[in-house]
Amino acid sequence: MVFSNSISNLFGKSPIKPLQEHMSLVVECASKLEPFFEAVLADEWQNASDIFDQIADDENGADDLKKQFRLNMPKSLFMPMSRGDLLGILAQQDNIANATKDVCGLVLGREMAIPSVLQSDFIAYVKSAIQTCEKARKAIEELDELLETGFTGQEVKFVQKLIRDLDAQEQKVDKRERKLRHRLFKIEAEIPPVHVMFLYNIIDNIGGIADTAEQVGNQLELLLAK
Amino acid sequence: MELFTTYGTLLIILAGLFGFFMAWGVGANDVANAMGTSVGSKALTIKQAILIAMVFEFAGAYLAGGEVTSTIRKGIVDAEVFTDSPDLLVFGMLSALLAAGTWLMVASFMGWPVSTTHSIVGAIVGFAAVGVSTDAVNWGKVSTIVASWVVSPVIAGTMAFAIFRSVQHLILIQDDPFDKAKKYAPMYMFLVGFLMAMVTILKGLKHVFKDIGISMTFGESIVWAIMFGIFVAILGSFLLSKVKRDEALEAGNRFANVERVFAVLMIFTACSMAFAHGSNDVANAVGPLAAVVSVVSSGGDIAAKSVMPSWILLLGGAGIVFGLATYGYKVMGTIGRKITELTPSRGFSAELGAAATVVFASGTGLPISTTHTLVGAVLGVGLARGIGALNLRMIGSIFLSWVVTLPAGAGLAIIFFFFFKAVFGSV
Repeated sequence: MVFSNSISNLFGKSPIKPLQEHMSLVVECASKLEPFFEAVLADEWQNASDIFDQIADDENGADDLKKQFRLNMPKSLFMPMSRGDLLGILAQQDNIANATKDVCGLVLGREMAIPSVLQSDFIAYVKSAIQTCEKARKAIEELDELLETGFTGQEVKFVQKLIRDLDAQEQKVDKRERKLRHRLFKIEAEIPPVHVMFLYNIIDNIGGIADTAEQVGNQLELLLAK
Repeated sequence: MELFTTYGTLLIILAGLFGFFMAWGVGANDVANAMGTSVGSKALTIKQAILIAMVFEFAGAYLAGGEVTSTIRKGIVDAEVFTDSPDLLVFGMLSALLAAGTWLMVASFMGWPVSTTHSIVGAIVGFAAVGVSTDAVNWGKVSTIVASWVVSPVIAGTMAFAIFRSVQHLILIQDDPFDKAKKYAPMYMFLVGFLMAMVTILKGLKHVFKDIGISMTFGESIVWAIMFGIFVAILGSFLLSKVKRDEALEAGNRFANVERVFAVLMIFTACSMAFAHGSNDVANAVGPLAAVVSVVSSGGDIAAKSVMPSWILLLGGAGIVFGLATYGYKVMGTIGRKITELTPSRGFSAELGAAATVVFASGTGLPISTTHTLVGAVLGVGLARGIGALNLRMIGSIFLSWVVTLPAGAGLAIIFFFFFKAVFGSV
């Protein structure tokens, strides 16, 4: 016997926590790039395949979270941030997991060996892409504090600083990408052309993961601007 | 009139029963809406909320409920029309009480949106307009009441918006929100105390003061209210001094400790909310009762300027407490569990805005809906970008409750009216 106009019906489920949970899972997925490529460099394909399975699991989990999130976002919700911006952030976050799975799937499928001269640069490149994702996650983690302050004051400045850090990190990734591509260019004549093509492709896609992480930050900035 | 000499006691007992029945309904269901925000934000446990509700609903009803009671009692119907037939007024008020109480029960079981205020106003207008004549309704007053239903949520929303903005500005956006929160919290507590005292002295205690021969000027009232406010602030500061900063809590959310300060503040706004609810909603139950008692005891003289006996307000207060004790705690638990997204700083702003609005409305004698006012206040905080997600469908439910409750209350009242008239009318 509870009134259906009880005040509790007024409160919808805040989208912030689900968004943060999605981001956590996505970044966890992306951080598995490092053990994956270490296994690849060590020529341990069984190990790499196991890690790929984990990545695929994470990616599936993120997809499920994404679907739930969207189902909980009816247009009648009144939120302190735009529904479109939130869905935009969610889509970008999800792309991080998708791209991670794609890269690993390709490497695994073609059993691609990374030329030994590139190896140390390559791992550093992967690590720095993962760091970009980490920084994006940090910014997303601030959403509940942003809500607490009502999107004003010191907290906004703090988040803006986090986003600047994120941008700087992405530029570092860019730099490493150019360097790596240049080194690959120097030796590309010695490697079968198809393999070279896919190596460029892999490098490109890992850079794309960092780019997407930066996009998450940019979307977040849009949310602050309003 | 012969009716009153023969059946006077019976009529008063019936009215008392129906009034108690309706007060029970208010306590069982409606109070939970007023207190749910405090329980949901974990500022209070259910037990604490029940205790606060019992004390302050009762105090609100007794100390500040008089004005609304008199509106319900004699403001909605035009007394002059009933001068020659006071029995109709008695039947009408009896049927209004029974109709509103029954409707509250039925609607609650079915889960339909209802409002106690709207039920009783609808019922009174219904019996008067259809059972007697359209002239029997004081349409001017009714339209003021209906307008207040639209205005009160808007005012509460505006106040809650302003209060939350002040909280943001003074506390949340500062570098040291915890220290600032402790610094400014007593100021808000003063406001709570001042507000409750002011309305109580100015409006509620008028009848008490008259009885014991005290008269206060406006200035004196302000001084007393300020003193009470300071007393509340000191009490609050004492409670606040026990809140120490716990760094471990800040790992997850840097504002965890700030919210603990607001949780203390919320104890005070919860009291004011219960007080406001008592002052406004108890009157819905006891207003018609007061009308019946006044007519019967004066032997049918409508115009008699009788002072309302205190036992009427006491009965209403007791009914609410009884409703809380028998059923209200369950509803409060259910509502509290559903409101988990509301943090104390938000709950505080919304409650203070709503309580202030309701207390003021009670002071002017306007019966408004506490729930709707609280909804307005919560939306006000939401507009200040304070709440994660609000479900705007609730606004539709409010409109539905207007459309459904007013005619339902009126229809039931008309049926009961003709029933009572048939039973007692032959006398």
